[in-house]
Formats: sequence, C-alpha cells, structure tokens
Amino acid sequence: MQITLTVNGTEYSRVIEPRLLLIHLIRDELGLTGSHWGCDTSNCGACVVWLDEKPVKSCTVLAAMADGRRVMTVEGMARGARLDPVQEGFARCHGLQCGFCTPGMMLTARWLLDHHPDPSEAEIREALSGQVCRCTGYENIVRSVRWAAEYEASERAADQL
Amino acid sequence: MSETLSSQKAYGPVARKEDARFIRGKGTFVDDIALPGMLHGAVLRSPLAHARILSIDTAAAAAHPMVEAVITGEDLAERGLAWMPTLSADVQSVLATDKVRFQGQEVAFVVARDRYSARDALELISVDYEPLPVVTDARLAIDNGAPVIRDDLGQGRSNRIFDWAAGDKAATDDVFARADVVVSQDMLYPRSHPAPLETCGAIADFDLLTDRLTMWCTTQAPHAHRTLYAMMTRLPEHKIRVISPDIGGGFGNKVPVYPGYLCAIVGSMMTGKPVKWVEDRSENLMSTSFARDYHMHGEIAATSDGQILGMRASVLADHGAFNGAAQPSKFPAGFFHIFTGSYDLKAAYCEVTGVYTNKAPGGVAYSCSFRITEAVYLVERMVDLLARELRLDPAELRMKNLLRPEQFPYTCPTGLEYDSGDYPRALHTALELAGYESLRSEQAERRERGEYMGIGISFFTEGVGAGPKHEMDILGLGMADGADLRVHPTGKVVLAISCQTQGQGHETTFAQIVAAELGLSPDDVEVVHGDTDRTPFGLGTYGSRSTAVSGAAAAVVARKVRDRARLVAAAMMEVSADDLEWDDGAWRVKGDPEQARGIAEIAMAAHSGLDLGPGVEGHLDAITVYNPPNLTFPFGAYICVTDVDPGTGQVIVRRFIAVDDCGVRINPMIVEGQVHRGLADGIGMALMQNITFDTEGNCLGGSLMDYLLPTSVEVPSPELGATVTPSPHHPIGAKGIGESATVGSPAAVVNSVMDALAPLGVKHADMPLTPAAVWCAIQDASKEVEAPDE
Repeated sequence: MQITLTVNGTEYSRVIEPRLLLIHLIRDELGLTGSHWGCDTSNCGACVVWLDEKPVKSCTVLAAMADGRRVMTVEGMARGARLDPVQEGFARCHGLQCGFCTPGMMLTARWLLDHHPDPSEAEIREALSGQVCRCTGYENIVRSVRWAAEYEASERAADQL
Repeated sequence: MSETLSSQKAYGPVARKEDARFIRGKGTFVDDIALPGMLHGAVLRSPLAHARILSIDTAAAAAHPMVEAVITGEDLAERGLAWMPTLSADVQSVLATDKVRFQGQEVAFVVARDRYSARDALELISVDYEPLPVVTDARLAIDNGAPVIRDDLGQGRSNRIFDWAAGDKAATDDVFARADVVVSQDMLYPRSHPAPLETCGAIADFDLLTDRLTMWCTTQAPHAHRTLYAMMTRLPEHKIRVISPDIGGGFGNKVPVYPGYLCAIVGSMMTGKPVKWVEDRSENLMSTSFARDYHMHGEIAATSDGQILGMRASVLADHGAFNGAAQPSKFPAGFFHIFTGSYDLKAAYCEVTGVYTNKAPGGVAYSCSFRITEAVYLVERMVDLLARELRLDPAELRMKNLLRPEQFPYTCPTGLEYDSGDYPRALHTALELAGYESLRSEQAERRERGEYMGIGISFFTEGVGAGPKHEMDILGLGMADGADLRVHPTGKVVLAISCQTQGQGHETTFAQIVAAELGLSPDDVEVVHGDTDRTPFGLGTYGSRSTAVSGAAAAVVARKVRDRARLVAAAMMEVSADDLEWDDGAWRVKGDPEQARGIAEIAMAAHSGLDLGPGVEGHLDAITVYNPPNLTFPFGAYICVTDVDPGTGQVIVRRFIAVDDCGVRINPMIVEGQVHRGLADGIGMALMQNITFDTEGNCLGGSLMDYLLPTSVEVPSPELGATVTPSPHHPIGAKGIGESATVGSPAAVVNSVMDALAPLGVKHADMPLTPAAVWCAIQDASKEVEAPDE
C-alpha cells in the first residue's frame, strides 16, 4: 500500500507492507535512526515519536496509521543550529549516559512542557513513567526537564519586558 | 601522589563530549548501520527447555523467495562451529545439534533480504523434538536422580559443574565453636538480567576476496572478541576488525560472545554479503547472559557484646545449561570470597558448588565485579540479622566491627588484599547525611501509630579493575590494557584506548586524565575507542575496570609523553634535562620558573628542524601497556528509608542516602551519574526484577511486561555524599565507580524492609520484595507467632 506522511516537516510517500511498524519505517525506510527500538511491548519508550501532537510508542503503531499525518522525531527538535531547550537541558544536567532512551525521553518532556510549563518533580516523574532509562536512575533526567522549564520561563519573562 | 595532586586542574564536572551527537539523535548504534546489500538474520529458538532434536526440516524456509541461506547446527559442524568455548572453560552450543537444553536456545539461523522476511521464514522451519524431563531448580538438579543436562560432556557426568572453597575451614569451625552467638539464614539472590535498553546485535561483513572480516558488534570488549572470533573461526586475527560503535548500555550483558554473532559471521561467509542480526527483547531476556541465581546459606558468629568473629557460607550456584559465566578470575565463583565484607573478623570459610539447570546460560557480572554483589548482600543481611539477635542498633554493630584505617592494606581472611579505606568515616558521613538519630525517633513515633517505616544500612567493599595477572585471565589472555597517545605538531593529542564506553563517558573522562597530565584542556584531547584497527589491545569495559586499568594506562602514557617532552624542552631552552621540573602544566627551569615550555610549543619543536641532541628521537608519541598490580577496592555506606504498607505489601523507597569512596574523582558529575544508575538498579533488583521459570522450564520473565524494570516513579531522588581515599597503587589514585551502587544498594533496601516489618516478626524474605512477597512474609510470620509449638 502507498502512504504519504510528513516527518519533521518533510513529506514522504512510500509503498509499504501493511504490517510495517512505524518505527521501522522511520528508521529503515527514511533513515532517521535517532528513534530507537527497545522492547516490542510498549514498555520502554525508546521509540517515542510525536504523531500529530502527541507522543506515541512507534513500535506499536503501524506505519499505515501515520498516513496523512505528521510525525516529529528527535531529528526535528532543533530549529536549525538552535537546540530545543529540552535538548540543551539534557546536555547541561548530564541527563543521558548511553543515549539510547534519550530521544524518547526528550520528546515526551517536550510535550509535557508544552502542556504544563512549570511541572513539579513529581509531575515530571509521572510524565516519564512509561519510559525506561537504564543509565541515569532518572534523577538527572528530571533535573534536565526542570532546567528546560526554568529556561523557557525566563525566556517568556524576557519577551514580556 | 604529590605529582597527582598538582596536576588535577583538568578534573571536575566537565560537560560530556558525547552528548552533542546523542541529543540530536545522531549516535551510531549497531542497528543504525546499513551497509550496501546488507542481509538480515533471525534465530529460530527452542520452545522447549529440554528435548532431543529428532529432525530439522528447512526446505520450506530455504524456498522462501526472500531467503538467501538457512543454517543449522549441522552446517556449523562442517565448519567446526557448532559449539564454541565459553569464558569459563565450558563449551556452549551455537546451533543445537543433539539436544536443546533451555527454552530459547538457538536451533537455526535464517538469512533473508529484509528483517520481516527473515522472521517469516523462521515459521517455515519444522523441528521434531522428543521432550525430556526438565530441571530448573538448582537444589533438585544436584540430586543423583536428576535428568542429566550435559550428556555431551561424556558418560557419568552429573549436573555438578564445580566444587570450590576458600578460607580456612578448621580455623573458622574453631571460631564458631567458641562464639557466644551464631546466626544463620538461607537466602536466594534471584536470577536477574542486565537488560540494557539496546539489545545485543551485530553486523558481520566477510569479504570473500580478501578473507577480511569486519564485525560491528554490541560488545563491551572489542579486542577480546576479536581474539575469540579468531580462535573460533580460525580466521587469522589480523584479518579481523571488530568495531563497537555507540553502545546502548551493557551492564555485563555485552561481554560474552553469543551464538547470534557467530551465526551472522557464518551467514556472511556463506552469502558473501553483510549480515545484520539484532535480537528482540524476548531473545535478550531469555537467551543472553543472566546474572546472580545464587542459593546461599550464611552463618555469622559473634560474641554477646557484638564482636563479629567469623563467617561461613555455603552456596549452590545456578549456571544454567552451559557454564557461560563471563568472569575472568581464576576462581569459579569469581570474587565471592570477599564475603567477609568490610569487617575485621578472625576467620571465614565459604564453599560454592556450581550446577547445570535447564535455564539460559551465564552468568555475567551485572554491574558488579564477579559475584561481589552476591557476597555483599550475604554479609550485609547477616550483619543485620545478628544485630537483631543481639538487640543492637545495626549502625552501632557495623561501626564496632568495620576495618580501621590503620589496618590497610588489609588482607581479608580469604586472601584478597584491600588497598585502602577509611570505613568509619564513610559510615559517619552517611549517618549524618541521613539524620540517623532523628530517623530512628521518627520510626519509633510511627510505630506507635501502627505505621511501618524501615531504615536499612549497607556497607560494602568492592574489588574492581580486573585484573592482576596472578588472579585473572580470559582464556589465557592476561588483563593488561594498552594506551597509545599521539601528539600532533600543534599540541593537540589523540588518545587511543582499548576499553569501550557504553554510556560511561570515556570520551570526556579520559580526555581529562590526559589533559591533567600534560597541562592541556580536555578539548585538546580526542579519545579513540571501540575499533580494534585503531586502538591498542586491551580487555574492555566491565567490572568497573575502565578507569582502574585503562585510566591508569592513559595517565602512564601521558607521563611518557611528558618525559619525552622534557628532552625536547631542554634542547629548546639550551639547558640540561636534569635542570627542568614539571610544574603547573609546563617544563620549567628549576629556580627560574618563568623559563618554561608547555606541551604545545614543545610538540612543534619536536617536529621541527631543531637539533634535539644525541639519542633524542623527536616527535612526542608514546605507547604503554598497564598491568594492574592489584584490584582497587571502592567502598561505601548506604542508607535506605522505606515505608511499607502491611495491607498490600507495597514498599515505597522514600529516601536513599549513598556515600561512595571511589578514590580520586576525575569527573564528579559523571561519578554521581553512575551512582544514580546503580541505586535505581539496586532498587529494581530488590523490589522488582526477577527471571523465573515454571517446572517445565518456561521462562516467566521473557518480556518487559513480566520482567519489571524500575521507572522514574519507583526511584527516589538520591542524596549523595563522598569521601576520597586514593588507591595507593593506581597512578592517579582512582578506583572505579561504575558498579558500586548496584553492588551496595540491594542489601540496604532489603534491610530497610525487614527493619520496617520487625514489629511483625518478619526476619527475612527473598528478593524481589514485590507486594506479594512482602504480604506473604507478613502472613508467614504471623502464623509462626500464632503457632509457636510447631
């Protein structure tokens, strides 16, 4: 079957097998390997991307379901050379070690801050609780998201001046 | 050490060089690599835990239009590859030829043009099995009448793999006979799995024209793998290149050679094309190396006033169907004999029996140094049980028995020599950080209100940095690490190291080590690793050995460069080399420190036409090989505060206080990150993670829906502290930190839960302390209270 979707602002048309998973389309067909595959069972969240406006676990989404829709992956987070504050926060706060879970964590964090710009530590932990990190013990991921929240708050304050 | 202390300007919480690629999604993991014409492999696995293979029919799979090869054990046997050596002097089936011995064992390998077709073709292979009796419990496997799993080893073999003992039995018996108090306890350290987020995988690319094999592989030890592939395939080693690109976590899981890697190699040899094999999560959990699975009986002897006199341990070690234990010590139970822990006792004796069962082979040191996690858990539980028996505070009992600073270097009763330590200081620091006195008061108040709050302490001694030649090797390979430092004319340097990062930040930490020695910025140092064609030989990253061994090599090779630079600096300043001293990042004229040359200007001169004097080669490049004289011994004091709901059995970890002493800290930010990780790991092992089997050998932990890993809501925000006791034998006084928290934390969690449940009479329950396990322990204890005569 043929599908057309927009990934990180670029439109792609591909003829696919109906059973193809979205994560495999993104990684193997489109060559965007920043999104990872980790578990098959929607437990780990290494494959999180945005489908339209929401984070989804792309290992349990069929590529066919993305037909006509927009996908954002980690490769689409930065605006040119300008990193998303969430990316900046992860680098500043040592929010990653092996880097395998990082794209999924950052995409969920981006969604959280878009909908909840000043989350508490508990709210950040709750938002990320569907994803697994084996390296950081989560502490520095939480700090990274808080850093981004505070940075964006200061940016908003500066805009209002 | 004075040399070390003067050169640490480059140490500190430097931001990681690695992060730039990872935060942009630009890392390169094995499965990210796509080579032209690459094929995909998939493994057919046994659904049964013990069965004879009567026949394998691959005709339909081979006829699949997208399939390029189907490989069975018979095909491998023609190449002498149906079996491979393990890292523990056993052999392991690559693809089964005679029997399958655990559920998930490798039976056939399909190579197809795409990932999905390879999986489809697995369904077309028909295997006729004759089921055999299964044994999954080590205690039953050792019985005379148990089904013999390893009949391949010859007639009359039982499931017993080894019997090993350490310590002085007679002296220990004597101490026990004279003791006022003896406490004993059976405990299981359950089977766990490291479960790195990236599973294991490889791309084998065999060039039929040049006979050259390039292997991209998720390995923690690229050089060891190269040698092993050469030994197994009989390809000449100089024709093999192993590349270990970005690795998505290892934790011991990625040390061994797995059958899938060899199948990918054979697949590439047969097709002449690159073959990628990446296991799925169930394959990872069900077939690659597990950890622990130790049935332990501990005994501790003491005087009535709490002087610990001796320890005894008797262990049944479940190694699964093949002894694939990835541990390089010359002792079959690794360093389990460190089970006397951090205490000053008179005698100790342990015996360990290894057993085959119909379970996946292993085991690996899951974020620990070779069975030290099991040993620490045993001794720390026993000390807590003793404290309860003697009605002493567990902190007080530990303080009374900890080794004192003046006892180091200390040879423990089973023969390991601890290099350095100030244990009481670490425990004091942790108690202060925790506010121990007020925690005990709060606990008393809560108990009045019927609330179950626990405070658990664990004090651990690790032994890392594998390893000294007299104690360790891998299939005859000693455990020295090379380092190669190239200094470019403009003073920028490239350090090539043999160990491989799986997230530990070597590209940053090792740059800091070299920068500190040469008076450079870490930005001036590029670190090359993970490619056997570009790096010197060494045995890789596990058992917290990177900083302890390769880190030492990096410092030593930098000092060699510095020594070479001294001769050039002398020529530049027209003075004798003897008149120069290294200070503040430059060679300076003694008595006239303004007359100085830094590495950058010396490097340019070393490449110039300057007459350097007789016998001075020019250039500054150097190589070294570092042979560790001993292990290093990091230690720490951990305190875990839990709240337990006796109605549901749920455990909440409210606080975790961790004071670690890993010697000199090169990058404290990375050190703390490593501790954060290990604490989460320990909480996971203590409360959630468990790979169990039913009596038919079905793995009950074969997906992340069943094998529960801690998430952000199970793990508290940790409270860290540090003491610094340098290692006296390490060139920069560092000890290694990668695994301390995994080793030390499970006992603190379990001690905390047992402390919470003390008013209910619960003394011990095995990990993982799931709500069901805790609830059952409470019920069992209440039955004992009701029926005291039984």
